[in-house]
Amino acid sequence: MSQLQIFLALVAGGLSAAAFALSVVTPFEQALLLKAFLALGFLSLIRFFIPLGLWADGAFALLGAVALLTSLGIFDPTPAFFWMALVAAWLFAWLFVERLSKALAPKLGDNAGLGLLIPVVFGAALLVIWEVVTRGANVPPVLLPAPSMIGAQLANSASILWADFVQTFIKSVLPGYAIGCLSGLVVAILVDRSPFLKAGLLPIGNFMSALPIIGIAPIMVMWFGFDWQSKAAVVVAMTFFPMLVNTVAGLNASSSIERDLMRTYAAGYWQTLMKLRLPAAGPFIFNALKINSTLALIGAIVAEFFGTPIVGMGFRISTGVGRLAIDLVWAEIAVAAVAGSVFYGVIALIERGVTFWHPSVRGGRA
Amino acid sequence: MSAVVSAQNLGLTFKTNDGDVVALSDVNLTIEKGEFVSFIGPSGCGKTTFLRTIADLEQPTSGTLTINGQTPGDARKDRAYGYVFQAPALYPWRTIEKNIALPLEIMGYSQSQQAERIKRTMDLVNLSGFEKKYPWQLSGGMQQRASIARALAFDADLLLMDEPFGALDEIVRDHLNSELLKLWEATKKTICFVTHSIPEAVYLSTKIVVMSPRPGRVTDVIESNLPRERPLDIRETPEFLAIAARVRDGLRAGHSYDGDHV
Ligand SMILES: Nc1ncnc2c1ncn2[C@@H]1O[C@H](COP(=O)(O)OP(=O)(O)OP(=O)(O)O)[C@@H](O)[C@H]1O
Ligand SMILES: [Mg+2]
Repeated sequence: MSQLQIFLALVAGGLSAAAFALSVVTPFEQALLLKAFLALGFLSLIRFFIPLGLWADGAFALLGAVALLTSLGIFDPTPAFFWMALVAAWLFAWLFVERLSKALAPKLGDNAGLGLLIPVVFGAALLVIWEVVTRGANVPPVLLPAPSMIGAQLANSASILWADFVQTFIKSVLPGYAIGCLSGLVVAILVDRSPFLKAGLLPIGNFMSALPIIGIAPIMVMWFGFDWQSKAAVVVAMTFFPMLVNTVAGLNASSSIERDLMRTYAAGYWQTLMKLRLPAAGPFIFNALKINSTLALIGAIVAEFFGTPIVGMGFRISTGVGRLAIDLVWAEIAVAAVAGSVFYGVIALIERGVTFWHPSVRGGRA
Repeated sequence: MSAVVSAQNLGLTFKTNDGDVVALSDVNLTIEKGEFVSFIGPSGCGKTTFLRTIADLEQPTSGTLTINGQTPGDARKDRAYGYVFQAPALYPWRTIEKNIALPLEIMGYSQSQQAERIKRTMDLVNLSGFEKKYPWQLSGGMQQRASIARALAFDADLLLMDEPFGALDEIVRDHLNSELLKLWEATKKTICFVTHSIPEAVYLSTKIVVMSPRPGRVTDVIESNLPRERPLDIRETPEFLAIAARVRDGLRAGHSYDGDHV
């Protein structure tokens, strides 16, 4: 065991022991599962005499999470040993992930499924802590609702959330993203042919991508009306320049010897473009596609703050805050987070397929 | 016989931020059709630059250069030569066979012609079985052989090769040397070949051009009287050793020239 692991094991076990001692003053039948967890956590200290497998720590963490969740609301006010149990469970989870990642490290390359386990454990731990803290400490739901409330809201308002998703993601983000990225790509190719345009447009491109383009949202609403068209226009404006700048850089990414080779074949401009310069620009273009996938969602949601028909994720968030319907706002945020991650993930997957040859993807020498 | 490459008083000076670099000066050389010409000389003496000038990848700053009686630019547009670079320069997103197909695609060969030529040239450089591999899955020597196959895939009468076997081991090198000689015999191509190896130059060439460093000059042009038919053990004959000695003398003279002036 590494020093960190020894430390985590010691503190988790010690904390369990102390919490267990504190918990005996309460009536025996109260929160039995929690007490069982604390007792087992105490017992885990025998690992310093008999080694325990890493899955034992996983089981401790899981048991702790279940015990904490089930004993929520039993105590009023929440006693100190409850919080100590939370910290102990969290430490067990940490220890588990720590040992797991050490054990997986040599195998990670060829098994992405196992690699996913760590972020999943991590995310689940975060959700449990969130739930236990908000409910255990009676945090007002207006400040931060518990994940279970958000989950309930997700299920209850599924139809509203779906309509908002269609309005914002399907109607604004996707068309805006497609138009913005495509036109950025095409303009980059045109600009690349003319040194004059390149010298003139590129600094403007850099300047524009540094501007908070969100500021143009009200203007877009005036130009294109309240519906999704104005949001798509904001997305176009936000995604155009990153794509332009990246593609222009990418078109110059091929090495001089690779271009000399094309010259020896007396290849035409378009042949060189299609067979050399565009493929070589692939990693740059995908970089822009990934940046843009996040920008597009942010752009569309924020643009809806400035006027929209009565549907859309941004609309729901801004009105939800006003009406103190905070769990709906959080449900909307959850949908946005999932949609954004999936969007990004799909593009990253395509990238792996298309630019498989690039050293950063295949993980080899240049 | 007609001159394939003809250089008169050819000079090339690179303008760099820290002054001019003379890469070629006053080069006079005629290469006839069907010759096998080796360029030998210390590193930095302008061998690559001369080859690149023939290929219209560099522009001479003085003198004249004609390829098949044309300007280098016109010759390039006629696809008069195949060029093997000092580095393999394979495109990493293409498999080996697709890399060899690259010039064929650009020059508009049909699918069946492409397939036939890919197979033939890959056999020639002993790469059969690696068609579907990517360049980064091959060793450096295999990559270089693939780049030779690529230059052979289309029918250019002039082959410009810049240290093509520099990265290969002795055995493969010997094999490719005799393959190259056979190919040259069979196709009657004109070959310009840069090397650092005296035995390689003597074994392959009908003409050996010895160059001296800065400013890049031709110090000696040695016509080889070895027979065209050259088994590998010709390298032990007195005729061979005599030519090798002359090349070595030429290289040494080039060095002392350098020493006198620096
Ligand atoms: N693009 C360039 N700009 C400036 N100087 C250059 C350039 N290319 C080559 N040179 C210089 O020209 C000289 C000749 O270079 P060249 O590449 O022709 O040498 P070489 O004989 O091929 O050497 P090597 O055997 O190491 O390949 C060198 O001094 C080099 O520094
Ligand atoms: Mg060179």
